[in-house]
Amino acid sequence: MTTPSSTSPDDAHLNGRSVDAGSTGNEPAGEAPLAAAAGGWHRAGGADLTQPKRRKRRKGGGGWGSGNREAAMVPDAEFSSYYGRQIVKTPTWKNPEVPLYLFLGGAAGTSSVLGALAEFTDRPTLARNAEYVAGAAALGSVVLLIDDLGRPERFLHMLRVFKPTSPLSVGSYILSPFSAFTSAAAGFRLLELAPLLKLGTKVLPFLPALARFFPGARKASAIAAAAFGGPMATYTAVLLSNTAAPSWHEVHTELPFVFAGSAMAAGGGITMALTPVAEAGPSRKTALTGVALELFMVNKVEHGHGLLSEPYHEGKAGTLMRAAKKATITGAAFTALLGRTRVGAVIGGTLLAAGSVMTRMGVFEAGIASTKDPKYIVIPQKERMAARKAGEAVAEDEARSVVR
Amino acid sequence: MTTVSSASPSLEGADSRNRLFGPLPDVSADAGYEEDHPSRVGFFTDTSVCIGCKACEVACKEWNTLPMDDSNGVLGQMGMSGMSYDNTGQLGANSWRHVSFIEQSRSVDLPMPTIGMPGADRHDHGHDHGANAISPQADSVLSAQTSVLNAEALSEFDPQTSVTGGDGGTQIRWLMSSDVCKHCTHAGCLDVCPTGALFRTEFGTVVVQGDICNGCGYCVSACPYGVIDVRKDDGRAFKCTMCYDRLTDGLQPACATACPTQSIQFGDLDELQARADARLATLKSQGVETARLYGRDESDGVGGVGAFFLLLDEPEVYGLPPDPIVTTRDLPAMWKAAATGAAMIVGVVASSFLGRRR
Repeated sequence: MTTPSSTSPDDAHLNGRSVDAGSTGNEPAGEAPLAAAAGGWHRAGGADLTQPKRRKRRKGGGGWGSGNREAAMVPDAEFSSYYGRQIVKTPTWKNPEVPLYLFLGGAAGTSSVLGALAEFTDRPTLARNAEYVAGAAALGSVVLLIDDLGRPERFLHMLRVFKPTSPLSVGSYILSPFSAFTSAAAGFRLLELAPLLKLGTKVLPFLPALARFFPGARKASAIAAAAFGGPMATYTAVLLSNTAAPSWHEVHTELPFVFAGSAMAAGGGITMALTPVAEAGPSRKTALTGVALELFMVNKVEHGHGLLSEPYHEGKAGTLMRAAKKATITGAAFTALLGRTRVGAVIGGTLLAAGSVMTRMGVFEAGIASTKDPKYIVIPQKERMAARKAGEAVAEDEARSVVR
Repeated sequence: MTTVSSASPSLEGADSRNRLFGPLPDVSADAGYEEDHPSRVGFFTDTSVCIGCKACEVACKEWNTLPMDDSNGVLGQMGMSGMSYDNTGQLGANSWRHVSFIEQSRSVDLPMPTIGMPGADRHDHGHDHGANAISPQADSVLSAQTSVLNAEALSEFDPQTSVTGGDGGTQIRWLMSSDVCKHCTHAGCLDVCPTGALFRTEFGTVVVQGDICNGCGYCVSACPYGVIDVRKDDGRAFKCTMCYDRLTDGLQPACATACPTQSIQFGDLDELQARADARLATLKSQGVETARLYGRDESDGVGGVGAFFLLLDEPEVYGLPPDPIVTTRDLPAMWKAAATGAAMIVGVVASSFLGRRR
């Protein structure tokens, strides 16, 4: 800041703008050029009311983590708003319940597929662990989802209709059978343990008679669960994207792949950490492929969408996304280099799971942040309108030249 | 702007299959109502005659027994928002009408002090255009700048415009607008509701059934206008019903009934659209360049709305999104991506079982 009178960043902001508006005489500083087109009207009482208060970044990008140059280059465009208030509502979903639900759904989904395939490839420990992970995570998902409702006692209302236009409705019809089959598979596993069968027999005396059916029923349940495993892991991306939260909606074709990658990293990582290295090969490979997919798609989300990528870099979301990336990359390095030792597998798997949790939390926070500042609504929508207008003008021009 | 009305038969054919976005000639029939359903109703809120009395807010609160909250939606609180005369702040679970207040000013750069007397331009309709011998250029600027005030209807009684002081001539105007749920043709809230609590009425409006809603909150994040919200102590979502209970008894909604200036007009949407088009033409012919209809265009991102507005400035100045799009427009692309992602997981896991044992 060179002007002695500018003592705060806000002052500098205003001075900068008054230069822009200076040509039209005694208009108050800070008026957007847009307003001149609207008859010269601007908000009475000065600029500070028109614009939401925001701190100007003066460091010029020095304080950034890796790979955020695009976001730093987004100009602070002029726009109007109603006293800086947000336009869309902030989602009422609970935090961290919902991001944890996203994580558990992904981990359970991948584990269920791993478990089913391990059943038939002579990997009994991997099958057992993957089925336990899937069952526990699926049950946890159900609890978190019900807890998130404003009227939890009415959770069954989710199943009174089926609506393809509602990802939450479709998700209910994915989660319900998925959690039923995964917990059935895990339940049959538990009943194969002698002490638990004894306990169960006290309640249901006919259980030992059915014991010979348990392995078959377990395998059938595991296969049925695996059929819902993939959708379970990715439908949650649609759940977020199919909202008016601009930074979620904008990335709607990429987020399912971020979640698929994150789910594979988590599911592969957790089962790898729990299983002896001799059987955990598929988990390792799944986790590593997942990491590659996740990092690639997260990069697209973070850099491909101009202003709407910004929330993924800033504030809490930015911190979480950066931490997630560190954990995921470190976890992947452990897995690749030391994954064939038990210690390396446990450390790698834990880091991958942590990375997955933080990715989901980061994505969640970014969408929340994008609802809170009207600029993420107004500026992209104005640009969209301008682009449409320009497109129409070009089309008209072409039509005219054809006529000639 | 399209001139197609909401019940126009001209759209039958290819375009009538617009289930997720685009114009829809008959929303109620699309929702499954029999042919003899009532015609689609709506609000036309003409903000150019709103006086900011908030009678609509009061009538709405009283009729629907909505609880008190502050401008941030905190229940049981009263507080100053610091936003002009607006302490309601926003639409939400407890405010189904919200009058926004925007105080604007502009400088009138008058070349001759005698013309700049207070209120001079209210009576002088600018008959001697181009007669300024000293500076014709300045005169054209003047006529452009005062053209809004020269509007015939507004010059007689204009609650929104006044001129203060002779000291360089600062004009003040108030923009006041009673915002409400838009009752979209393609309603995001309705599309995403997983319980069927939100439904399309026979009148083409969108209403929440309180005994079905389980408070999942999906509608809250799906609304491109930020209208619907969850009431904290209750847990369920609430929004304007366009007084469904009154409509079924042949009454007008409470807000439209209470409005003393006919800023809020209720009626069949077709009729309102025609009336709005005429009103806009009148204002334009009177030189109100900035007047525009908002939500009237049926080819917009939500297929046009049931409650549309005549605004005097950009939509975002009133806190409205400039180009709202129903989020489910892109849902097919999302499901496709999710299905591909799901298949990818199965494929990757399956291929990881191939090859070498360790």
